[in-house]
Amino acid sequence: MEFHYPDALYNSHTHYCPGCGHGITHRLVAEVIDELGIREKTIATAPVGCAVLFYDYMKFDIIECAHGRSPAVATGIKRILSDRVVFTYQGDGDLAAIGTAETIHAANRGENITVIFINNAIYGMTGGQMAPTTMLGQYSTTTPKGRGKNGEGAPIRVCELLSSLEGVCYLERVAVSSPKDVMQAKRAIKKAFENQLAGKGYSLVEVLSMCPTDWKLAPEDALKFVNDDMKKIFPLGVFKDR
Amino acid sequence: MAEKILLKGNELLAEAAVRAGCQFFAGYPITPQNEVSEYLSWRLPQVGGVFIQAESEVAAINMLFGASAAGARCMTSSSSPGISLKQEGISYITAAELPCVIVNIQRGGPGLGNIRAAQGDYFQAVKGGGHGDYRLIVLAPATLQEVYDLTMNAFDYADYWRNPVMILGDGILGQMAEPVETKPYKPILQIPPKDYILDGCKGRAPRVIKTLILKPELGLVTHNEEMQAKYRKIEQAIQLCEEYETADAELIVSAYGIPGRVAKGAVKIARKKGIKAGLIRPVSLWPFPKKPFVKAAQTAKQFLVVEMSQGQFIEDVKLAMECRRPVEFLGKGGGWYPTQEAILEKIEQMLQSPKGAKS
Ligand SMILES: Cc1ncc(C[n+]2csc(CCOP(=O)(O)OP(=O)(O)O)c2C)c(N)n1
Ligand code: SF4
Repeated sequence: MEFHYPDALYNSHTHYCPGCGHGITHRLVAEVIDELGIREKTIATAPVGCAVLFYDYMKFDIIECAHGRSPAVATGIKRILSDRVVFTYQGDGDLAAIGTAETIHAANRGENITVIFINNAIYGMTGGQMAPTTMLGQYSTTTPKGRGKNGEGAPIRVCELLSSLEGVCYLERVAVSSPKDVMQAKRAIKKAFENQLAGKGYSLVEVLSMCPTDWKLAPEDALKFVNDDMKKIFPLGVFKDR
Repeated sequence: MAEKILLKGNELLAEAAVRAGCQFFAGYPITPQNEVSEYLSWRLPQVGGVFIQAESEVAAINMLFGASAAGARCMTSSSSPGISLKQEGISYITAAELPCVIVNIQRGGPGLGNIRAAQGDYFQAVKGGGHGDYRLIVLAPATLQEVYDLTMNAFDYADYWRNPVMILGDGILGQMAEPVETKPYKPILQIPPKDYILDGCKGRAPRVIKTLILKPELGLVTHNEEMQAKYRKIEQAIQLCEEYETADAELIVSAYGIPGRVAKGAVKIARKKGIKAGLIRPVSLWPFPKKPFVKAAQTAKQFLVVEMSQGQFIEDVKLAMECRRPVEFLGKGGGWYPTQEAILEKIEQMLQSPKGAKS
């Protein structure tokens, strides 16, 4: 197989830690955008989180949003430029904590956008605090005894949560923790963009993603953590497809 | 051809926005400005525009961030508590140097306050209610004619200066009706092509709109300096003010918005009584029209500020003339309205026992 560097990706080094899932997911998004030939009509949002510098790596128009507000910003763009491809790229704190309202309501309105949701069960950028997706018993810098011991509640399962909303077209949870998972993740991402091109409405792909640094694990152990622990709490699969 | 129409202030403002080419509106219900949204919910689709009832004021202002980045003329409207929620977004939009129009039909505060007209959001509007060093262009109409005209101008100012413009009204202005001459929209500025918008990178390099600038020197410090340089230019360009009987005035009343209108009535009566009173009514609150105050301070010995708050606008009046003359205050927050009689009484009282005027 011939190696081809995606057009939608600048040929640069990322600032991500070794073993981080963000870089893999960027690459998948870039490949899909190339394959669909939509780079020149794509407008993305960058989150506040480890992926804030998304625009340094991706070769299309990008707007950096306030923490959690991407779905609202994407709504504004897509409603004005309905023939462009608009997607958000968001972490779990961004999407499921501070931006929960924006997420649920963009989904409920059935905004014709694509959402790439990176679930790494932790706040990466700010140094490993509890995320809305941190699992019961999981340690973080703000759950030193493990989540659940101090009234934190249980993790939010975003796909399950959104699946009841009529405006939602497509929800799938994937992972990037093994070659097989990466292939499936790409198929899901591609479908989420194809849905938008077909005018089908809100599509979200949740990507279980490694954060070895804030999990305090070696990169190989981080893969294991996704495969053995996260997938149990966050089962992979399609939660909605219409 | 100018026609005359009779609409509530809030509806008139909405109609003016449509005529000025507003293509996108997002807002969240709050009294006393609901008619803006209600009107636009049917009117904007008529002209191919977008109306969204947002899930919150936070979402609404961020929808504007997107719509403006995509090149549309856009507006949001709210009242005091809702404007507080928009501050994060306003800071971002200002930092990204994108245009938009934000309407604040003020009500009584702080907190949930009440739904009577008030002017307690002056500092928030004029000094910057969100984080960081930024400015909004703030316009304060006192009549519905000004509501109509200034709303149209607001879109031009926003596009020209690539900065949000706030229309700072109050519940009275929003709810009242009076005939207005509704001239067709005519731009007051030549707007350069929007070569900064995000519309897909076909035939050009990708563009990024961002407000994270990690580097200080030749980074965020420079960006701040550039923004300040722009603000200095705006200060030169926009100085809107009504002056009435100021030339020989011994006492100047100053107020903005609805109290400015009431104060004008009081000055008229005072003149009939032979009292040399005058009025300075700033229409742009930022930039603050300083010159008329400096000029008036040469002849007038006393100033009176009237505002529907506990004393915010008064600080800018004192600053404008560098405290050359004593400034008395008539005002209350929380839904109190000034009457012509109360202002007149205060004027007469001041003339009978003037506070030691420096000269
Ligand atoms: C209003 C606001 N609150 C807090 C922050 C600080 N902050 C930056 S990133 C972040 C969490 C990011 O976590 P997540 O969304 O999970 O993304 P990750 O870094 O893990 O990819 C927080 C709380 C901010 N920038 N803005
Ligand atoms: S802190 Fe975690 S999410 Fe952030 S770059 Fe490092 S590994 Fe990735």
